[in-house]
Amino acid sequence: MTELSAHLPQFQHGQLSENFPDNHLSNTNDNSERRRHDNNERRRNDNAESETNGQPQNNAQQVVEQDEEEDEELTLKYGAKHVIMLFVPVTLCMVVVVATIKSVSFYTRKDGQLIYTPFTEETETVGQRALNSILNAAIMISVIIVMTILLVVLYKYRCYKVIHGWLIISSLLLLFFFSFIYLGEVFKTYNVAMDYITVALMIWNFGVVGMICIHWKGPLRLQQAYLIMISALMALVFIKYLPEWTAWLILAVISVYDLVAVLCPKGPLRMLVETAQERNETLFPALIYSSTMVWLVNMAEEDPEAQRKASKNSTYDKQGSANQTGTEDAEADDGGFSREWQQQRDNRIGPIESTPESRAAVQALPSNSQTSEDPEERGVKLGLGDFIFYSVLVGKASATASGDWNTTLACFVAILIGLCLTLLLLAIFKKALPALPISITFGLVFYFATDNLVQPFMDQLAFHQFYI
Amino acid sequence: PAFGLFLFTIARDPLRIIILIAGAFFWLVSLLLSSLIWFIAVKASDPRDEPLQKGLLIFGVMFSVLLQEAFRFLYYKLLRKAIEGLVALSEDGCSPISIQQMAYVAGVGFGLMSGAFSMINLLADALGPGTVGIHGDSQLYFLTSAFMTMVLIFLHTFWGILFFHGCEHRRWWEITAVVVMHLAVSGSTFCNPLYVGSLVPSYLLMATAAVWAYQLSGGSAQNLRRFLLCKS
Repeated sequence: MTELSAHLPQFQHGQLSENFPDNHLSNTNDNSERRRHDNNERRRNDNAESETNGQPQNNAQQVVEQDEEEDEELTLKYGAKHVIMLFVPVTLCMVVVVATIKSVSFYTRKDGQLIYTPFTEETETVGQRALNSILNAAIMISVIIVMTILLVVLYKYRCYKVIHGWLIISSLLLLFFFSFIYLGEVFKTYNVAMDYITVALMIWNFGVVGMICIHWKGPLRLQQAYLIMISALMALVFIKYLPEWTAWLILAVISVYDLVAVLCPKGPLRMLVETAQERNETLFPALIYSSTMVWLVNMAEEDPEAQRKASKNSTYDKQGSANQTGTEDAEADDGGFSREWQQQRDNRIGPIESTPESRAAVQALPSNSQTSEDPEERGVKLGLGDFIFYSVLVGKASATASGDWNTTLACFVAILIGLCLTLLLLAIFKKALPALPISITFGLVFYFATDNLVQPFMDQLAFHQFYI
Repeated sequence: PAFGLFLFTIARDPLRIIILIAGAFFWLVSLLLSSLIWFIAVKASDPRDEPLQKGLLIFGVMFSVLLQEAFRFLYYKLLRKAIEGLVALSEDGCSPISIQQMAYVAGVGFGLMSGAFSMINLLADALGPGTVGIHGDSQLYFLTSAFMTMVLIFLHTFWGILFFHGCEHRRWWEITAVVVMHLAVSGSTFCNPLYVGSLVPSYLLMATAAVWAYQLSGGSAQNLRRFLLCKS
């Protein structure tokens, strides 16, 4: 796991360095925006004073102002667009997870627990169960913290090769092994007869294309689709193998940890991002879902995180603890990093978001022409860990809630609103922000509230067919 | 139909989607609070007393309606602030989305959420085996539920427009009319399973609200005719 975490910092470093041309651009944009405001005020003053001889100046100023205004207005307009660009993949991931949970019973059967959560929850007393779940959560979280710190250390000492290799192994395992299990379970559910040769061919194709897309070049949509599928697979694994109370506790603690790790000056994630920035490198693309493609080189690295997660997941089957925590770390890291990285980028550039088209355009351009890129074509990035935990929350809600679809729907809306608020804060503060806390808090609150309060109410209403 | 509304009018513009989700969220919060109140009331009362339970349920419904309207008002306030922010940041001094569009989207948000909550468990159960009304209840349960949900979704949309218009122009009677209509519709559902008592008034009210909202949005009979005859 340490090796893997070592790989990660390298990737993340790689990403940050690529951000720097953007940073330059964002600096100019920020300056231009500030200038725009100044110009606006000056313009009014100038117009009041020098109407006779200031015309050309005013025109020039107006032109500059208009450019800046357009920039600002476009950033806001694209602000909403980027929120939607994040809504769609999160929704897709959640839909996939919920659909699988509802139809394939494999993921709701208790087939044992991860080695990271050694304490069982089938105890006799409530107190013992609570104690066990707290211990489980504590173990998980401490493993995550250790992994994150290891990651930062490795990144600092530039063990990039280790991280690369680890991520590749993880994504290999995730793409092949987990999708094989998933496919097998789906076939079992729908009673579809399938021979091994066809399955082998399908899995092989799926895996190889995934590896290429994630680690190298590939069409944007395909890469995004693969990232979503990987997140969904990981979330399904979590839902299956984490016992009830442990899962909710872990969700709560992870969001707190995310908050702490990203915002505290000594937090590992923040240090990681700052180190990456110092070295002018980019964060790990593989662990981050980006709504647009900004860098050619980073395309391949978009999956290191996913791989890390994948490797963590797969390895837990064989070894257990180290990998599992690694994955958790990755997710926690991802959550922190993506926001952070994004924030930094946004800091310089202004909250600009990229479009798939601009991404493709950037792809076509040589890398040094990125600085001349249209400011609007920046992407919003969200860590894959965030995807995974959102999906875990919604999946658990749909699997275990008495309110069933009502609860699922409530959690879904809560998470989307949390994401909205987080992006709003991102635009306001222009700093790296953890994406998990707000959404997970809302989701948890709504889950427990809907399950216990709203459900009986709605049941009674439906029974009498009253409508509110 | 409500979903069709969503697809055709809202899914294009991302800002509208955000307003929609936020509207759904507000409705959800209001539902949460009202069910909290109901839950407390139920726990504090005798669970075996049937009429009391039903009375409590009715009280819960009325309270929920009032809370929904209160949250609609809160949402209106929030959207006003948001519009000011958008205007300040836009280049030509007018916001990319008008308050009427916001009213419409907010109404749809409320409606979709309430419809979803009313129907979705029903739909999920409908997929499974079973006979409707086997214990002597009405056999039209699913059908009437579907119609009732649809009318409620549309009503929420129209109420959103009317409500926001009333708040904009400070016509308090419009706002009270919306609240009274909402209470009336919910109250009429108490006649269930005597469906004629609830569906018919609801549809009439919906037609009234539709015409009213259409007029408020600047439409007229002339526009309608021109639209139907394909701009002849």
